[in-house]
Amino acid sequence: MSRRVAIDPVTRVEGHGKVTLMVDDDNRITEARLHIVEFRGFEKFIQGRPYWELPLVVQRLCGICPVSHHLAAAKAIDQIAGATELTPAALKLRRLMHFAQVLQSHALHFFHLAAPDLVFGFDSDVSRRNLVALIQQHEALALQGVRIRKFGQQIIEAISGKRIHGIAAIPGGMNAALDPGAVREFQDRVGDIKTWCEQTVRLVRKLYLQNRPFHEAFGHTDASSLSIVGGADQLELYDGDFKVIDADGALLHRHPARQYHSLLREQVKSWSYMKFPFLADHSPATGWYRVGPLARLNTCCGIPTPLAEQARVDYLTTLGSPVQSPLAFHWARMIEALHCAEAIGSLLSDPDLSSDELRVQGDKCHEGIGVIEAPRGTLIHHYQINDDDQVTMANLIVSTTHNNQAMNESIRQVAAQHLDGRSLTPELLNLVEVAIRAYDPCLSCATHAMGKMPLLLALQSTSGNLLQSLSRDADGHIQYAD
Amino acid sequence: MTEPRVKVATCSLAGCFGCHMSFLDMDEAIVPLIQRIEFDRSPLTDIKQIGRCDIGLVEGGLCNTENREVLHQFRAHCNILVAVGACAINGGVPAMRNHYPLAECLAESYLNGVNVVNPQIPRDAELPPLLEQVIPIGQEVRVDYFLPGCPPPAAAFMEIVSAVLEQREPQLEYQQRRFD
Ligand code: SF4
Repeated sequence: MSRRVAIDPVTRVEGHGKVTLMVDDDNRITEARLHIVEFRGFEKFIQGRPYWELPLVVQRLCGICPVSHHLAAAKAIDQIAGATELTPAALKLRRLMHFAQVLQSHALHFFHLAAPDLVFGFDSDVSRRNLVALIQQHEALALQGVRIRKFGQQIIEAISGKRIHGIAAIPGGMNAALDPGAVREFQDRVGDIKTWCEQTVRLVRKLYLQNRPFHEAFGHTDASSLSIVGGADQLELYDGDFKVIDADGALLHRHPARQYHSLLREQVKSWSYMKFPFLADHSPATGWYRVGPLARLNTCCGIPTPLAEQARVDYLTTLGSPVQSPLAFHWARMIEALHCAEAIGSLLSDPDLSSDELRVQGDKCHEGIGVIEAPRGTLIHHYQINDDDQVTMANLIVSTTHNNQAMNESIRQVAAQHLDGRSLTPELLNLVEVAIRAYDPCLSCATHAMGKMPLLLALQSTSGNLLQSLSRDADGHIQYAD
Repeated sequence: MTEPRVKVATCSLAGCFGCHMSFLDMDEAIVPLIQRIEFDRSPLTDIKQIGRCDIGLVEGGLCNTENREVLHQFRAHCNILVAVGACAINGGVPAMRNHYPLAECLAESYLNGVNVVNPQIPRDAELPPLLEQVIPIGQEVRVDYFLPGCPPPAAAFMEIVSAVLEQREPQLEYQQRRFD
């Protein structure tokens, strides 16, 4: 008789995510289910709103990566406004804003959420494994993180008026130029930011290699990788076409971004509000893939800035391509942060940035599809409007949704490695957290989680009887209850 | 003499986490601040059950029954409960779904969505029931302070926590009273 093991990551996901493990008679884990319990209804309630509102409303799906939503919607409404090519100034402002956003989000994830695990160790005292302890015990490191994030947020503020949910993109361009005084001020600081990002790449590398066998085996799942890529398959975060490679690195697809609907389908399962995207020419069981920093460094053939490119080559020669270990996400993420810092540096000295030619217009049409690489992976916004400029159809596939099946596979893998007979162990509880956290599931876009989560594990028989439960209290003590 | 410490709990219900991010936007000022406050249950810590707190900061309105439970726990454990941001105060963007019946919103995503396979409305013991309407937290419990903005600026968070530390009424400068 098969059983269910329910893992309830209550606090850090604010009740928005839970895990159930399905166990067979021989105590083998057959399936892991990460339940997303949150539902918004955006696709419906946006109907009837004027299309130019989209970048403002839709960014409020996520306060961690609002700029990605703002710009994905903006790219879609550019098409609706018939703006086939933005002015160089508008395009560069958007790219600058987007690099700043990926930089701040990656800094947040590493320093505020993941670093406490990596620095103190996955099995360290849970009551001290958090940002507060990091600040108290490693103030210099924590401050670097705070300052990298601040730099990104300030650039966003300078362009959009606010650090979170500002107003910048309009159909066919941008609403204001960047103040030259602000540009000079950022130029003075970008050198330090680059240096700190370089140091962080070295730190993550060291931490990964210190315990290499554990890191490599942990949650290891062979998966395809999907992202958009730029010309010559360079790493590209703002605009490009899809590239998909299989688990061995062989090319599966190159596909125009605006034809996402012939590349992807989404399966609905009864136990989660988050859908399961898969490649349309595969079955749901074989067509799933990974997105995000790990996938992007697998699909791209180079990074167009020198320091990050050097770091990428080192990362791939050390680990072997394509990389399939979820814990390598942290390393890949910091290489991307370094790339963002470098790219911000060169954009800040670009003369186009001071131009006030910010808007173009063309012949209006009724449909737009915006695809962008958000910090956590590929983000797709698709809209249709009517003759009165009202939205009639909206479809969003957010980054974390693409990783849905991959996260379940990694959880299953970790549980299979560490479920000890019929009883739940504190170790298992801890490791399931770490596996989910590596994907940096966002959190607001899909689950509201902010990284770590204390768990309540319950062992259930198929009739629903609770056999055993285990939880961790505020002091990090594990308690058993029947 | 050690300075007084206040216990702070925070949570995100039907919000976007932007309010929490805005709290972190106080940047380096977080370093001296955390010498004076102690986080209880919050997405920044691993504490699962809320304990007795001086102040609870609640982001987001209520969209499902679990949100409601968490909110009541916060009210029961916090001396001062603050509705943070447009969503907690008015429902915000998630409350835009109130213009449509819940069943239509679900159908749009899971039955009529582009390229959807196995169309069905998710239903599982692990999924807490959704409320028919998204409601502001003040409709469910007594709220002591409302911090406006989407999100409120970092300085507004600093002010409310400082006021509790100094045992005085918070004062929001004009610039900190945002409605966007
Ligand atoms: S008030 Fe604004 S920033 Fe805060 S949760 Fe709601 S949408 Fe997000």
